[in-house]
Amino acid sequence: MKRCVIIGNGAAAAGCIEGIRSADAEAEITVVSAEKHAVYGRPLISYYLEGKTDPAHMNYRSADFYEKNGCRVLYGRTAVGLDPERKEVTLDGGETLPYDAVCVAAGSSPFVPPFEGLDTVEKKFSFMTLDDAETLAAAVREDSRVLIVGAGLIGLKCAEGLRGRVGAITVCDLADRVLSSILDAECAGRMQKRLEENGIGFLLADSAVRFDKDVAYMRSGKEIGFDILVLCVGVRANTALVKEAGGEVGRGIAVDEKMLTSLPDVYAAGDCTESVDCSSGARKVMALMPNAYMQGFTAGVNMAGGEARFDNAIPMNSVGFFGLHAMTAGTYEGELFEEKTDGTLRRFYVKDGLLKGFILIGDTTRTGIYTSLIRERTPLASVDFALLRQSATTAAFSPAERRRKFGGASK
Amino acid sequence: MKRVYVNEEWCLGCHLCEYNCAFANSGKNDMATALKGKRIFPRIHVEGADKITYAVSCRHCADPICVKSCISGAISKKDGVVCIDRDKCVGCLTCVLVCPFGALAPGEDGVMQKCELCLQNGVGAPACVTGCPNRAIVYEERGEEE
Repeated sequence: MKRCVIIGNGAAAAGCIEGIRSADAEAEITVVSAEKHAVYGRPLISYYLEGKTDPAHMNYRSADFYEKNGCRVLYGRTAVGLDPERKEVTLDGGETLPYDAVCVAAGSSPFVPPFEGLDTVEKKFSFMTLDDAETLAAAVREDSRVLIVGAGLIGLKCAEGLRGRVGAITVCDLADRVLSSILDAECAGRMQKRLEENGIGFLLADSAVRFDKDVAYMRSGKEIGFDILVLCVGVRANTALVKEAGGEVGRGIAVDEKMLTSLPDVYAAGDCTESVDCSSGARKVMALMPNAYMQGFTAGVNMAGGEARFDNAIPMNSVGFFGLHAMTAGTYEGELFEEKTDGTLRRFYVKDGLLKGFILIGDTTRTGIYTSLIRERTPLASVDFALLRQSATTAAFSPAERRRKFGGASK
Repeated sequence: MKRVYVNEEWCLGCHLCEYNCAFANSGKNDMATALKGKRIFPRIHVEGADKITYAVSCRHCADPICVKSCISGAISKKDGVVCIDRDKCVGCLTCVLVCPFGALAPGEDGVMQKCELCLQNGVGAPACVTGCPNRAIVYEERGEEE
């Protein structure tokens, strides 16, 4: 019987379990879970703070998921070593797990820059896990002044989640705009405005030089008093296991289309990996939950001896604050087509006759039609792109293509 | 399994399927009480313009990317039908970002909804099909992969 070990217990691990079981009903599956929780939707933690969900509804899979799939889960344990020659994973405490195939789905960790005086701050938090969210929820009061360092997705979702629970929130970032990794200045400005209208304050193009208990001294000379500090500066892929075992690692663990690393029988999936973005051909970390699941599933099928490839990953984000949604996908390169109507901004990037990327703010109805054009590399010459730029509609496809897409030729 | 298909050449573009869908999922006994004077949130949409119109609803894909993408684990496939657990949905719209058919949209309450073939709402058979005046929408087995 094949022995599969999965290091990690997030969406990539869940995908891996389902991938293995789609190809092999018998394989032995052991899951090493640092967190003492069954798999949950990690991005839900901000919705939990906001009161839109609760731990009882955050389970990513049903309560009988592991049992039904015949998995042994080692909660509260971490993998500290990987030996690709002996084909063994070493756990904290020294115990070893032999494997025929292993998937490293170890996720990422918050990156905390070495701020001077950070050790003097009593109430400081990161915002990555359900435990982080529960600790933060327990620490805030109605009159708390919260300083969030980092205006990326995690920091801003944290701000939105906390808004109804605290007195004041300020978000600071070294970048000159919010969501700087996915939005240009104009788009970022729209999202920032919505956040500001809802009581979130910003200090952009500024950074904390030093902390002293409950005051942040900024590079601009400003002094920000706070009761609660949340550090959302960024994350780093957890690559150490594979790196120390001699595997190829860049910003993430390098994987191919089968999710195989450079080490034999060692697969990797999720936020700890870097892989090819099919919209640009560049290798990058695409730490997104859908990609994590699809990578995990692909790894699982291959671990079980099946054949699966995941060759159309792209960066993509759906992010909303206080009712204003932005959706982004792909790469912003090539010719820009812009449409502005009734509070909706649409930007499309076209190169080599293909849609390479987009940014939409406002009306995001049926945006997946655009996303599929990027992922499927649909030649724009085969669709009515002028119509598509106005609205996402399948009417832009030819009748024959629609019949193919919608399935089952007419009787 | 049986799926909902639309024969474009028979679609009149009358939008009745949208009303029948909204009514079937309203939980009400009377169409006027359920829909009159209200904005409707159907799970099927008439598309196209001029001479060609057709209705689009969930294709219940063999390999549904919405299921793989849902951050809440709220979307799953049961007996071939892609279903959504609305109690788990937080309205992040990731499914809207990925569905190639544009088949998911928020309901009146901001929570996502989608066609479940009228199997969950007590109606029993797709109301869009039953109510289509020109029989453009059909519910049949066409041997597609499940």
